[in-house]
Amino acid sequence: MEITINGSTTALPQDPRVSLLDFLREGLHLFGTKKGCDQGACGACTVLVDGERILSCLALAVQFEGRDVVTIEGLSAAGTAGGEGLHPLQQAFIGCDGFQCGYCTPGQICSAVGMVAEAKRGSPSHVTADLAAAVTLTRNEIQERMSGNLCRCGAHNGIIDAIQQVLSAEVLS
Amino acid sequence: MSIIDSAKNAAQGLVQGALGKLVPLAPDSWIPGGLPDPLIARKHGLIGTPVSRLDGPLKVQGAARFSAEVAPAGMVYVALAYATIPRGRIATLDTQAAEAAPGVVRVMTHRNAPRMKPPAVFGSSPTAAGPSDLPILQDDRIHWNGQPIAAVIAETQEQADHARSLIHVTYEAGPSTTSFAGAKANGAQIGRFMGQPLRNEIGDAEAELAGAAHRVDHTYRTPRHSHNAIEPHAATIVWEGDMLTIHDTTQMVTAEARTIADVFDLKPEQVRVISPYVGGGFGGKGLWDHQIIGAAAAKLVGRPVRITLSREGVYRVIGGRTLSEQRVAIGATADGHFKAIIHTGTAAMTPHNAMPEPFIFATRSGYAADSFKLSVETVKMNMLANTFMRAPGEAIGTFALESAIDELAAELGMDPIALRIRNEPDKDPISGLPFSSRHIVEAWRSGAQRFGWDQRAPEPGTRREGEWLIGMGCATGTYPYHRMPGAAARITLTRDAKAIVEIAAHEMGMGTSTTTAMVAGERLGLPLDRIEIRYGDSIIPGAIMAGGSQQTAAIGAAVIAAHNALVAELLKLAGNESPLAGLSVDEVGSEGGALVRLDDPACRETYQSILARAQRDTVAAAEQASMPVEAMHWSMHSYSAIFCEVRVSAITGETRVSRILGAFDCGRILNPQTARSQFRGGIIMGLGMALMEETLFDERNGRVMNANLSEYHLPVHLDIPEIDVMWTDIADPHTPMGAHGIGEIGITGVAAAVANAVYNATGKRIRDLPITLDKLL
Ligand code: FES
Ligand code: FES
Repeated sequence: MEITINGSTTALPQDPRVSLLDFLREGLHLFGTKKGCDQGACGACTVLVDGERILSCLALAVQFEGRDVVTIEGLSAAGTAGGEGLHPLQQAFIGCDGFQCGYCTPGQICSAVGMVAEAKRGSPSHVTADLAAAVTLTRNEIQERMSGNLCRCGAHNGIIDAIQQVLSAEVLS
Repeated sequence: MSIIDSAKNAAQGLVQGALGKLVPLAPDSWIPGGLPDPLIARKHGLIGTPVSRLDGPLKVQGAARFSAEVAPAGMVYVALAYATIPRGRIATLDTQAAEAAPGVVRVMTHRNAPRMKPPAVFGSSPTAAGPSDLPILQDDRIHWNGQPIAAVIAETQEQADHARSLIHVTYEAGPSTTSFAGAKANGAQIGRFMGQPLRNEIGDAEAELAGAAHRVDHTYRTPRHSHNAIEPHAATIVWEGDMLTIHDTTQMVTAEARTIADVFDLKPEQVRVISPYVGGGFGGKGLWDHQIIGAAAAKLVGRPVRITLSREGVYRVIGGRTLSEQRVAIGATADGHFKAIIHTGTAAMTPHNAMPEPFIFATRSGYAADSFKLSVETVKMNMLANTFMRAPGEAIGTFALESAIDELAAELGMDPIALRIRNEPDKDPISGLPFSSRHIVEAWRSGAQRFGWDQRAPEPGTRREGEWLIGMGCATGTYPYHRMPGAAARITLTRDAKAIVEIAAHEMGMGTSTTTAMVAGERLGLPLDRIEIRYGDSIIPGAIMAGGSQQTAAIGAAVIAAHNALVAELLKLAGNESPLAGLSVDEVGSEGGALVRLDDPACRETYQSILARAQRDTVAAAEQASMPVEAMHWSMHSYSAIFCEVRVSAITGETRVSRILGAFDCGRILNPQTARSQFRGGIIMGLGMALMEETLFDERNGRVMNANLSEYHLPVHLDIPEIDVMWTDIADPHTPMGAHGIGEIGITGVAAAVANAVYNATGKRIRDLPITLDKLL
């Protein structure tokens, strides 16, 4: 039983109770993915599985045999040059001060990457007015779609700014 | 309270009383801050420019190592079992099945835990950090619903968690008080904060109130709140012989290390607490039972231990802000002059802790009035010890006071800002001290203009767009300037002109390490990339608690002292061949990587040259900060004017905050980028307090009912508008760098501004937080 994490293949844990989150943190010492609640309520543990964002605390590692997981560590490795190998979103979080303590940050960033992909696929959200039209990621749309990622330091404005900044750069390029 | 405690309190009170009489009378020049910090006058350089966090790249990559992310070899994991009654004793505790479960190393209870002293309760000495003075796992007695009663130690967290579910316990319930009404019926005591009673009376306020032409007199209620840092409390703990190392997430490395040393009967140097990153604190990341249980467990099994509280565990073990009931009455003349301000009330605490939520603090220096009657009474409940939470006292006190002022403005038919400015004091109304720097009126004027306050409809309930009723409200926020004694800094200068600055301070997201590097660089005349800050480690000299918004001032004063000592060392090394020969410390300063003669900057010698000639690789100096008596000589505070616009649905009663502006007067802003985030973060916590936050407490059995992040509602992205902040940026001539604390001011005043806006929108006055939709229907 194997799983791919940030491009490397590794064996899944023996104990079926181990969550994907605990496997990453305790099994592989990939501590970038954070545990805020272990109950699916905070979003700190968000990772990308085959490009989709999931809460790794609500996922058992053994369910993900053969799947491709990207964590915050994998995101920076895949990042474009220029910002010391940082992903553009990571760079924008620094510039927009999209964090304070930094504990919710990896989850916010992974969630944002998954959220943009969801919008590109046309998935509507609670605040989408026209369910048939293509999704435009307005500030309101981004806020709604990011609301599963809590931040107690109150870096919300900077987080949304950073996401908007990267989105507008993507549109321009 | 024991006789000894009372005596200690009295002694502390006497010393403070004596100082309190002498310090105000001393000439300014005798007081730290009597002469303005030279950095205030320096207009070029880093201070005041936006600098991105130096630890930003680490944090956005998830590479900053938090306390649960240290993994020593051979480490075991802990799961805690919690009591389910509020008071009494354990009758039977069966751990056999748990002990036999796979992977379990030991189950630790009061029967086999190492013998430990109870921790010294916070405030009982300068280095005491205990949440209460209760013994931890030492006997069968239960003091709160949620108290840890057993710790399962196992090879993996899964094994520990499972085995914990196999523990069987029965209780013998004792008498308990778990309702606020019951606690009040048992009698109240005047609250004492740092030895001083929380009571002030000037004139006969009740008589002035009764005779006033206009008056308001109402009761305001605030519920319990939880800090809810997204990082749960966690410690990784290692014993090497009788040396104890704790990787922790804490706001007080030094005091925590000292207190734990005392608990285990160790010398201070045998305990080291390391905390480089704190995943949010807000007052909640101090010493609680779990670090002591973890250290005891590690000792018992002879292996390193990781103890991480589950989110539920955070609610069982980590106290939050207590509940309060406050009366505010204001009497005024027809033109708005305050005849009387009465702010009294009750806050709950426990029989074993020392935190009487001091909700009258903001009222003490807020407004001028002919008479005052202020007091905080405390009643005792059998519950988890309450503690400091962002702006303890001020956050909830300003809700009551600033709501009452809005009510009075409505009664008088006056604009609420005009009413506030009408009663602006020219000196501290209670202490009589001069203000060190108070420009709140300027904040009101510039804020009102930027916000468009003139668009507010004076009549409530008159602006409507579709289903939405629209209203505007405002409030003053305030938080005192603190600088606690005990701060120190060590500066080591290297021959390649680098400086290592060590301070026993903390980074919980305030930007401490970045701002400290900026300030130290400026002070030493070195660019940012020549400065290395080391912090968050109890082996660094001095103690700088991340509390009371005092870190920046405390660090600033410690760096001033250490820099002076360093200059003296450098002058000694420079000797007779230096162009600076014969000059005294007062005659030289630092600039451009050199010591320079202050009245003749051309006369200088670089650090490198001094060290090279003396054939030294490094020079170091450590020094204690000056005694922080400035706050006894001046009345010193941060201020804000908060403006808020809400939309309240006439159909559902839902309140949405559409706009909010904070106009701050907090001395000089050192790093606008991180300061803006601090202000915004405080305001957001204030929005949560206003509209949704409440720790639900079952008054039948003393148990927290919403011990999770699903049912304790925090503001989320969609709840938060773009938050506008501005600041006067007027330096306080009497503080290091001219700065004031900014970590707590943001939350103050916000709940009142929202409540006042809700009133303006709907005509309904909500005096009971949070303002949930049921109260508006
Ligand atoms: S840790 Fe997974 S949602 Fe909170
Ligand atoms: S940055 Fe601290 S919780 Fe979001």
